[in-house]
Amino acid sequence: MENLLFGISIGALVALIPALPLVGGLLNGFIALVCRSRRRPVPKPLVGVIGVLMPLLSFALVVYLWSLAKDPAVGFTTPPLWKWISVGDFIAPLSFKVDRLSLLMGAVVTGVGSLIHVYSLGYMSHDHGFARYYAYLNFFLFSMLVLVFGSNLPLLFVGWEGVGLCSYLLIGFWFDDPAKAAAGMKAFIVNRIGDFGFLLGMFLIYSHLSAKGLHDPNGLLTFEVLEKFKGDLFLIATPVCLLLFIGATGKSAQLPLYVWLPDAMAGPTPVSALIHAATMVTAGVYMIARLHFLYTLSPVAMQVVAVVGMATALFAALIALVQSDIKKVLAYSTISQLGYMIFGVGVGAFSAAIFHLMTHAFFKACLFLGSGSVIHAMSGEQDIWKMGGLRRKMPVTFYTFAVSVLAISGIAPFAGFFSKDAILWQGFATGHTILWGLGFLTSGLTAFYMNRLFAAVFLGKPRDGHLYEHAHESPVSMTLPLALLGVLAVVGGWVGIPEALKGHDHFFRWFAPIFAYEEFFAKIEARGHGLELLLAIATLLWVVHLSLFANVLYSQKLGRMQKLAEKMGKVRLVIENKFYVDEIYRFLIVRPLTWVSDKVLWRFTDQKVVDTLLVEGTADTVGLLGRALGLMQSGVIQTYALLFAVGAVAMIGFFVL
Amino acid sequence: MNSLLTATIFSPMLGVLLLALVPRGRETAMRAVALVVSLLPLFLSVVLFARFRGTGEFEFQEIVPWLQGYQVDYRIGVDGFSLPLIVLTAILVPLVVLQSWKDYEGRVRGFLIFLLVLETGLIGVFCALDLFLFYVFWEAMLVPMYFLIGGWGGERRIYAAIKFVLYTMVGSLLMLAAILYLYFAGGHSFNVTSLYGLNIPQNAQYFLFGAFALAFAIKVPLFPFHTCLPDAHVEAPTGGSVLLAGVLLKMGTYGFLRFAMPLFPEASSVFLPAISILAVIGIIYGSLVSMVQPDLKKLVAYTSVAHLGFVMLGIMSLTPQGVMGASLQMLNHGVSTGALFLLVGMIYERRHTRQIAAFGGLATPMPLFAVLFLIVTVSSIALPLTNGFVGEFLILAGSFKANPITASLAATGVILGAVAMLWMVKKVFFGPVTSEENKTLTDLSFREVALMIPLIVLIFWIGIGPGFLTRKMEKSVTKFIERTTWHPSIGQR
Repeated sequence: MENLLFGISIGALVALIPALPLVGGLLNGFIALVCRSRRRPVPKPLVGVIGVLMPLLSFALVVYLWSLAKDPAVGFTTPPLWKWISVGDFIAPLSFKVDRLSLLMGAVVTGVGSLIHVYSLGYMSHDHGFARYYAYLNFFLFSMLVLVFGSNLPLLFVGWEGVGLCSYLLIGFWFDDPAKAAAGMKAFIVNRIGDFGFLLGMFLIYSHLSAKGLHDPNGLLTFEVLEKFKGDLFLIATPVCLLLFIGATGKSAQLPLYVWLPDAMAGPTPVSALIHAATMVTAGVYMIARLHFLYTLSPVAMQVVAVVGMATALFAALIALVQSDIKKVLAYSTISQLGYMIFGVGVGAFSAAIFHLMTHAFFKACLFLGSGSVIHAMSGEQDIWKMGGLRRKMPVTFYTFAVSVLAISGIAPFAGFFSKDAILWQGFATGHTILWGLGFLTSGLTAFYMNRLFAAVFLGKPRDGHLYEHAHESPVSMTLPLALLGVLAVVGGWVGIPEALKGHDHFFRWFAPIFAYEEFFAKIEARGHGLELLLAIATLLWVVHLSLFANVLYSQKLGRMQKLAEKMGKVRLVIENKFYVDEIYRFLIVRPLTWVSDKVLWRFTDQKVVDTLLVEGTADTVGLLGRALGLMQSGVIQTYALLFAVGAVAMIGFFVL
Repeated sequence: MNSLLTATIFSPMLGVLLLALVPRGRETAMRAVALVVSLLPLFLSVVLFARFRGTGEFEFQEIVPWLQGYQVDYRIGVDGFSLPLIVLTAILVPLVVLQSWKDYEGRVRGFLIFLLVLETGLIGVFCALDLFLFYVFWEAMLVPMYFLIGGWGGERRIYAAIKFVLYTMVGSLLMLAAILYLYFAGGHSFNVTSLYGLNIPQNAQYFLFGAFALAFAIKVPLFPFHTCLPDAHVEAPTGGSVLLAGVLLKMGTYGFLRFAMPLFPEASSVFLPAISILAVIGIIYGSLVSMVQPDLKKLVAYTSVAHLGFVMLGIMSLTPQGVMGASLQMLNHGVSTGALFLLVGMIYERRHTRQIAAFGGLATPMPLFAVLFLIVTVSSIALPLTNGFVGEFLILAGSFKANPITASLAATGVILGAVAMLWMVKKVFFGPVTSEENKTLTDLSFREVALMIPLIVLIFWIGIGPGFLTRKMEKSVTKFIERTTWHPSIGQR
């Protein structure tokens, strides 16, 4: 495996995968800055070529590496380019982990990423921040690929924070709108709260292993080393996994830190597709899958993960039912689908969760890009009640959206059916009956709200004649990625057709050497195929019915639905206001914190107590005393200082004695 | 060259001499002289750094008997803690000269002279290995700083200058007493290297440590001795703030590393938990208070309280990671906060206000300024691949080993610090441009961009490949921990 392509070593080859988008980001950033400050127009063709070419090259590299990974070996870690941080036994080398997990993630990130870069050519063509947009987007891919390929936790954290920064920049891309800038900041801060947990998790692992006197030249936080020492981590597995999971709830928008994702829709729509649906938000799922050997040590932590995941899935699905902004519906559905994935890793169904991560990347990216195409056609309108009947105006968008809706609703044989079914079944088979029930319920809600959205936008009659008149299909740069993603939304699930459905479940087998979790395999195999088939059919019938129901209601009986909604009154109000979670956070955390900081800490403690009372007070009293004693001779400063010093000596003396 | 270090310390004085010779009114010439002369110590300190081997011992030592009857020597030398700070000082001074290129018309000469004198004092403080010499530099640096704040500062400059001097003097006087005690107890010597091995009775150690620690804690500033800092920063001229935050504060943390802790290990072990707690309070308190500041400079000043809290926490961990992180963070803070003050100075020059409320949407008229500001902000809130991350991460990792609870509390600073800084960025740079005056603002000039570039390079260099520093500092860190760790079972070292 030495000296492969053009004599480049494999380590350098892997390093190129993130490095190429980094170069693209730097070049485009430079172009953007120069053009802005010289007030010259941006050379869009050049920017576009750089911006699109780099992700495509990365994708090609991932595919090339993939062709090398045929042997079932669990992968390898490249030799470090250099030791990023190295102090005593704390070592973080700059090296990359290549195995089936990182290759699959890398392929999804660069593949879907490239398509979205192409799509943006059309979508952002009229924006004067074109170069800046591509710079950020390339930087994002760089960070995401570091996250995916990093061989150790600190390096993963580099990507983890990097994607957070790019997300912040891209949500607030149109920064002259204060609401958008605020949304970007909210995303960053909420993610930082999660990162706080992630950091502590890392420190706990490190300090524990270090205290045991363990040492490794590759650093104690490298995945291979962690796996080697996992026996030593048994005692702290539960707190470590829970702390790291706090990070995952931030990044993957789970309860209680999901609040930033709906607001993140303020960013350009391709960004929502790439970052807030297909890639970045799945980082938490990826991290847990990457550390599966650690999580399986702690059944308690696994249970917490599973419960949080399913609770989020249900909670977000409920909110999605009543949203009227096309992107908000998709945002809540993303949170809900991420909940499924988190539930999946929580029950030990790591490969199923990654499977759903992949199919979700296809159909959700397609849905977001489709919504972008719709918004583009409707001159920026996002309210689904002002749309309707768009199927005739935008056929490509319509068909791709349709298959993606079928996929997310979990209807066979579209992609989402197989992946969601794998998660639900494996959850059921491992004994999480109640959580399975909630998952079953949620899948129905998903089918309902997605078809409601679909019917309201594409079916029925146009509700705003003026907007409808001007609606048009998008250019090829936008419809081509849509079509490709649409195809993937159809066939993407076929790699994982379970044996119960006469398939071979290639996906599951492919990952089996990595997620070697005996206990889990035993539980799954103990259950027969009969029950699996039965549950799959039951779920399928349930979602098909609700899909049809929603389609009919929202294309033909819209008036009746609106009346029904009005009757729901208070309940509807609570759900429509997203259970007032934002307001509760603001009231309980944000406002008290700023009040205490301002009034108590600064204006009272600092200015009144310390300054007036202690500093000036001491100086004054001592100074007065000093005058009385007739000690004042020279300049003011020195005397004050001396006397102040006497006071301080007395204080010190008091403490010491 | 044997007197390389001496040359580094006193080369700025050459500028003072030359500045005195420049005829009145030739201000550009004065600036040019100061700039060229300030490149001398920079060049010399870089040579020093390149030749520095990182053995853990003091290198480039020079010993010249001074007051012979009292065994006071001119004894200087550097190790892995002091050398980076010397380089930092030497980098910041030319940048300050450049930044103030258009300021202080009619009173440039004084400003530049005090600036160069200050540089000598600062470099001297970090080189001195004789307690008497150290004290001389420590006090000497007060004078130019006092005049810089008092002479070239803002509206309440006199109040701020006096408060600054008062605060510092209190500490220094106590320290002087402690130094004299050490002199008489330690066989009539001010030599730090020989005092390290000294056996000092327990009670005396407590007093001596207390005296040193107070002097240094005020400089750091450690909570609750921090209130002079915001005032001094706000009233000081930009250059003063840059050196105040960038270098002067490190004299405090450096003092702990060089003197207070290794000289009195037993007392350190007793006071260590209390200082750690004060450091954590400083981190949280500083971040929270900075969050609500209406003035840009004050906001940055309060984040300094938090950052220096991290440094203190790292030192108190007595782990290789914590101490290394602290030592790196001293440098990092100088780079990032120095850069922030320079940037704030640039906007102040244009708008003559630092009130956050006066701005909004500045990213539109000033894209270059916005980008530079954002990079520095990101480094200040310690995002990976910037210098701040390496320092903060090592500090937290090290102090987590020492005490998970204080480290966890300190880690909340990671969140709060980000809130404070990003809130400010949002209010200053994003949103629509509301005020007419802001619409016509000109973006940074070539000079202004050029002077920021060295700092930006350092931000990423230290963030991506800190090895060039850590390799040279590693042995000094180990040495510090050896000297400071107190083994009660052995009783004596």
